[in-house]
This record gives sequence, structure tokens and C-alpha cells, in this order.
Amino acid sequence: MPSGLNRALLTLAGAVVAIVVAIAVCSVAIVAAGGDPLHALAAFFDFGATDRAQANGIATLFNRAVPLFIAGLAVAIGFRMNLFNIGVEGQYRIAAICAAYVGSTFVAPAPIQIAVIIIVAMVVGGLYALIPAVMKVTRGVNEVISTIMLNYIAINVSAYLVRGPFTGERAEGQLTVSTQPLPPSGMFPDLNFVFGWFGLPAPTREGGLWGFLVMAIVLGVVIWAVLERTKFGFAIKASGLNDSAAQAAGIDAKRMVIAAMVFSGAIAGLIGLPEILGSTGSFGTTFTSGLGFLGIAVALLGRNKPAGIAVAALLFAFLDRAQGALQFANIPPSVIEIIQGAIVLLVVVANEVTNRFALRLEERRAARQLKVTA
Amino acid sequence: MLGKGFNKVAFGAVAGVLLMAAAACGGSSSGGGTTASEEPAAGGASSSSAPLKVGLAFDVGGRGDKSFNDAAYAGLEKAKAELGADIKELSPAADGSNRGDLLRQLADAGYNPIIGVGFAYDADIKATAAEYPDIQFAVIDSASSGPNVTGLLFAEEQGSYLAGVAAAAKSKSGHVGFVGGVENALIKKFEAGFDAGVKSVKPDAKIDVSYLTPDGDFSGFSAPDKGKIAAEKMYQDGADIVYHAAGDSGLGVFQAAAAAGKKAIGVDSDQRQTITETNLQNVIMTSMLKRVDVGVFEFIKAFQGGAKGGQNDTYDLKVDGVGLATTGGEIDDIKDQLDKAKQGIVDGTITVPTTPES
Repeated sequence: MPSGLNRALLTLAGAVVAIVVAIAVCSVAIVAAGGDPLHALAAFFDFGATDRAQANGIATLFNRAVPLFIAGLAVAIGFRMNLFNIGVEGQYRIAAICAAYVGSTFVAPAPIQIAVIIIVAMVVGGLYALIPAVMKVTRGVNEVISTIMLNYIAINVSAYLVRGPFTGERAEGQLTVSTQPLPPSGMFPDLNFVFGWFGLPAPTREGGLWGFLVMAIVLGVVIWAVLERTKFGFAIKASGLNDSAAQAAGIDAKRMVIAAMVFSGAIAGLIGLPEILGSTGSFGTTFTSGLGFLGIAVALLGRNKPAGIAVAALLFAFLDRAQGALQFANIPPSVIEIIQGAIVLLVVVANEVTNRFALRLEERRAARQLKVTA
Repeated sequence: MLGKGFNKVAFGAVAGVLLMAAAACGGSSSGGGTTASEEPAAGGASSSSAPLKVGLAFDVGGRGDKSFNDAAYAGLEKAKAELGADIKELSPAADGSNRGDLLRQLADAGYNPIIGVGFAYDADIKATAAEYPDIQFAVIDSASSGPNVTGLLFAEEQGSYLAGVAAAAKSKSGHVGFVGGVENALIKKFEAGFDAGVKSVKPDAKIDVSYLTPDGDFSGFSAPDKGKIAAEKMYQDGADIVYHAAGDSGLGVFQAAAAAGKKAIGVDSDQRQTITETNLQNVIMTSMLKRVDVGVFEFIKAFQGGAKGGQNDTYDLKVDGVGLATTGGEIDDIKDQLDKAKQGIVDGTITVPTTPES
């Protein structure tokens, strides 16, 4: 298939150009900040001198990638049918605190305990996403506006819940607040044994390599199967590509909006769980925020496909991990955010350019063929 | 459709190659790791003959906040100048998700001791200290949580008492105010000391108290708009001096004071010097100093002398861990009164409460 190969080479070239330009843009920023771009590049690949430091660095990379991947998936489900679920941020926070609270109120064997926590998180996330969905289908409220507003509500409600009704016991003089810690049966087993296969020592970082990584991989495969291999997935794709054609084909648009939004919210509910079930055991003051917004960039970069999102999440996590390494090399860590922004922007532009270029090539080839046959 | 499929594969392949390159580089540095293995051993030894490598991790905001983090850095720089320490300071990501990882990276790079700035490090210091039992840790504003953790605490109530004495002595209306950032136990210590200080001079003085956010909601430390509204109300009600313990929100208090033509008292660092807005410098009568720099330096010095963690070090008036700034000379005329109060606290004839009465 020469045309397919052409297309593949074009995309490859586009991506390489995008990344090279992104690195060039950042080099300018690094030089402006008084650093050496080559040192900065080296810092990204510097995982430390000892086996222990490397094991910790690798665990940190994957532990960061897992929530980013789930966030990317949640956003992508909406994007696939042109629904802009900006509310992933609020959905995951409110789901995380409810799941952490419910999980701390009872003790059951580990599989049941963890299953209940996961189900609570998905249900709460899904229900919170149901609000903008219902508003959209019944009153035509733009989901971008409603989900942004609902984010503020969710952030403040969870801040109230963690210091009010859902708060745990505090040691004398402790200033941070959190929910009551989960019982040991609520903690997801870690994957530290994997490091043994590569001759590395197990990471000593709290929680090690989070076991939720396995859940994330399963989730990615399931979502790929649902989107690409089921009638529901086809209906989502069809509604996204051409809404009126989908309706003419008998797809109920309102039902699809609600289903896609709740599906997206339910996945969003899982974003906070790797951290809670992996190391902290509770939702508290230091809970990681902002993952919902990062998920938008990850989904864009991954082109709304699970495999692409996985690569994008790993790339973002790889860049984020260098926060400390860059500072050891005396380079301001804000460089990371510049690189992330530049890559997303340039990859989107490169995609568009290569798509148009490939389309023109294809048209020319078809025209030539027509001339030959005529 | 096929083209699109290829497209996807190609995109994945590029990123895959990049990540593999990452893995390869990680591998090569592990090969070199065997030769470098004696490096952490040297850094890990806590005897005073080994080179002193001090690591410090800032709280969100990092260096350049003109307050808390910068004060900690000043102590670190002093250790570099006076003790010949090799220093490294790291700032966390904006979402604060990597506090623990920064501490581990410092530990893995052979830094000992390691200092976490701010109570948000409480849980991370506890976990990291357990993972690295041979390294000494310190945490500012939080109690010790392990045998190798030193809690660096400050007697904020004593400094605030002096601020209260100054406010009452300088107030013409006999009406002052207190703006707290977050209504938690730490900020209540400021209120309790201020309250007692004011009452010691003018027992019938009126004190307005306002907290910007409730316990657990830390946005009150970074909301100048809320600080301004709270202070404006106090000035309108007749207060002529307002003391703030509200971090960045204090800027709003100073703005309100400038607009009302009245005075304010700063907190943590000498804010008359650190604030960049020149029109606001003159409203800052004095500042209650919390010498985080002294705490950091003294901890490093004690570590060099072989001190071990497991206890809290409290910096109070006796060691000048807290005090009042004299920049601008506005409180020079009541120096005797302030010295008397300070002497009383140091002697123990005056006991300052740590929780407000009401």
C-alpha cells in the first residue's frame, strides 16, 4: 500500500518536526533563563546515580502516568462525540473524597473493600457528570459552561466535606486535614516485584509502584473495545462525526449525550484512586489537584485513542518527573510546562498540516489514475 | 481508513522511540552507577568531618515569595557562608504532587540533613524519614514524627504579644484589629498572643478579629481580596491598627490601611523591607518576625555538632526566634515598654496563652 506508507511517513515526519521545534522553543526559554539546553536535556534522562534512585524515579514516572492516562481517557470519551467535558476536574475530586470516605467507614476482605471503593468513585463521578448532561438535553445548556461552573462547586464542596462531615481524627497540633485513613484491606497491592525482573531493587518510595497501573491498562483495553468494537462505540463516533446523519440513522442524540457524559464522568471518578489506594489512603489537604485539566492536553496529544493517550500520559509523566533533576542542574523547572504546552500545540498543528498534505497527495494520485483509465 | 490507521501507528511509534531512548539513557547511567556507588556512602555519613550537604525543599510558591520560603532560604545561605555547607534547594510542582519525591531525590543524591519548609510536608517527611533512617530531617511548623525528624516550631504567641503591646501603645482610638488567614490552631496562637499583648496595655481596648477561611481551607493565605475586605471593615468601624497573620493575603490588609490612612502590622519577615509597593511600605508600623532563617541555620549547626532528631526545637523570644522589626523607626519611642514586656516573657513573669480566650 504505497499511499498508506506515504501517509505513515508523513505523520512520522510531522511528529518529529513538532518535537524538534518544541525542543528548540524550550532551548530559547532555557537560554533566556540563563541555563544550558544540553544540560536540561541530559537532566530529563538523569534518573539518579544509584539503583535505588533509579527505581524510585521509574516508580514516580509510572505513578504520575496512571492518573494522567485515566484523565485522558475520561476527556477523550466526550471528545469522541464532540462533547467538551471540562468538568473532569470536579468529577474526580468529588468522587475521590466520597470514595475515600465510604471506604474508611467499614472493613471487608480486600477484593470487596477495593471493589466498593471503585464502584462508589465511578457512581459519584458519573452522577456528577449527569447534571450537565441533563441540563444540555433538556434546556440546551452548553456543557462547557455548565461543567466549568460545576468544577467550582465540586472543588469547594469537597473542601468543605474534608474539613466538615467527612473529616478524620487529627493528631494534636496537626494542621493538615484528611479523611479517616482506609483500613489495610482498602489499599491496592503494589507492583514492586516487577523491579526484580529487571535486576533493580524495589522502589522505597511510599507505596512503591502503584498496583492501579494494572487497572489502568485493563481500563484502556476495555475502553478501546467499547469505542471501536461495539454498537455503543459506533454510535458515539457517528454522533461526533456527523450528528444529523447519526440521527437520520436512528441514533437517539439525547440518549447518546447522557450516556457519553455519564461514561466519561464514571471514568473521571477513578482518577484520584491510584493515589488514594496506592499511598495516601485518604483524601486530604495534599491531594493532587489539576489532573482533570491536564487530562484535556493528554487526550488532545493522544488523539482521543487509548493507545495514543497512553503514550501522551507517559510523555507528560516523563517530563514531570524531571522537576527535581532540572533543579539539580540549576535549570528552572517551569521549562517543563513550556515543553508540555509547546508539544501539544505543535503536534496539533503538525497533524493538521500532514492531514491536508496527505489529502492533496491522495487527490492527485486519484486524478492521475482516472486519467490513465480514461 | 487504512491511511488513518497507519497514521495512528506511526504516531505511536515516534513516541515509543522517544521513550525507548529514555529507557536506554536510564540504563546507561545505571551502568555507571557501580563506579559512583561510593558517592552516597560518603554523603550519608553524618560525622562532622564529611562535607556538609544540606538539602531543602520549599512549599508551593517556592523561592521568591518574599516571606516564609525566602526566610528559610536565608538560613540556608547563612549555613553555606558560615559553615561551608554545600546547599541544594528544590521547589515542588504547582500542584504540590511531588513533595515526597523531591525529598527522596535529595536523599538519593546524598544530602543530609534535609529540611521541609511548611506543615504541608508533615506526612511526606514522616514517610521519607522512615525510608531513610540514616538521614536527619527537619520540618518547619510541624512536630517531630520520627527518631530522625526534628520539628522546628516557633513561639508565635510571644512575638504576637509584643505586636499587641506595640499596637495598644500606638493606638489612639483604643480599637485594633486582627486578620487571620486560616482559622486553625497555628494562626490562633498569633491571635491569642496579640490579644494578651493588647490587654496588658489597655485592658478595655476593643479588638476586632476576622479569619478569612475556615480550618482546612488554605486559600485564606493567598487571597489579598478577602484580606482587604476584612481590614476595610475594621478601619471603617474605628480600628486604627490591624495586625495580620495571613501570608500573601496581608497585601490586601496593607492596601486597606493605605486607603484609610491608617497603620498595619506585618508578619513572618520584615515586610516594610520585603514589600515591593513603595506606597504600602509606610503603612507597615512594624512586623512580627518569625525567624525561620534562624531555625534553619541553628538546625544545620546543631546537626554539624552531631545532634540527632526525635524532638522539637522551639524558637522563642529567649533565643530571638521571634521578635519585632524596627525598620522605619515607628516603634522606637516605645522601645522601653517593649523591652520590659520581652524581659517579662523571657523571665517567665508573663505567660502568654497559646489559645484565644473567647
